Amino acid sequence: MNRKIEYKLSERRCVIAEAQEGTLEKLVCEREVEIKNAAGLHMRPAMQFVDIASRFKSDIAVAKADTNADGKSIMQMSMLAATCGTKLKIRAQGPDALDAVAALQELVEVEKFGEPVPGQTIGEQEQ
Amino acid sequence: MKFADFVCFKAVIAGLQSKDRDGAIAELVTTLDKAGRLGQDNCKKIIRAVVKRENEASTGMGKGIALPHVKSSAVKDVIATVGQSSTGIDFSALDKQPVFSVILLISPVDDPDKHLQAMEKIFKHLQQEKFRKFLRQSQTAAQIEDLLREADENPFL
Repeated sequence: MNRKIEYKLSERRCVIAEAQEGTLEKLVCEREVEIKNAAGLHMRPAMQFVDIASRFKSDIAVAKADTNADGKSIMQMSMLAATCGTKLKIRAQGPDALDAVAALQELVEVEKFGEPVPGQTIGEQEQ
Repeated sequence: MKFADFVCFKAVIAGLQSKDRDGAIAELVTTLDKAGRLGQDNCKKIIRAVVKRENEASTGMGKGIALPHVKSSAVKDVIATVGQSSTGIDFSALDKQPVFSVILLISPVDDPDKHLQAMEKIFKHLQQEKFRKFLRQSQTAAQIEDLLREADENPFL
């Protein structure tokens, strides 16, 4: 995929803080995303989110209003139960924080977890 | 949302007879049906739908918990029941460990937000080790009902 473009995008939009901790470069990247698929963040999207988050070294925290969840924990992500239209704050901290936030934003707002948005017809009734 | 709003306490099973996943699902759906919560002639259809969903991706979330669920036109509102197994059931869980607590959730097709609110409630408590432990120690359906009602009063349980 077009990683470079994503990277540039994130550089522009992210709040980037560089902290020096030992010799490891530590980046912090934070971005608000909106849930766009009609069914919201139910279990399958939560699993997709955790799958992608877990590919990165960075710590990933996701906040919905006052509730905080570990982006790599399926139980905590399922607890967020974010409905369509809900805004979530994704915060990544670690060497690959920029790529992590870019990939997660792509999943939530562009791919929309591969699910229909409101008004679109759903293929199966009983699913 | 409270457990009392969507859990059918009459259908709670403290000692699941089934030793396998599909059997446990059938047992829980059947008890909901017997409690009169699934309308006419929907029981078998719902069992098949829950198993199909489970085959697509396991809802065994780890820590001995599974949350099989499905959307169905048979219900107008979210309805759930709880089953406890003393021997443990293979749900192909994420952590590959057996499942002792099964929470079955049936949601209406046209109200995704309600489904999410029920999930939020369930996971808020399932995350607490204390709650999981109490659930697993429950010997009778009445004890499970007590635990869920207590959780409705105490958000930290």
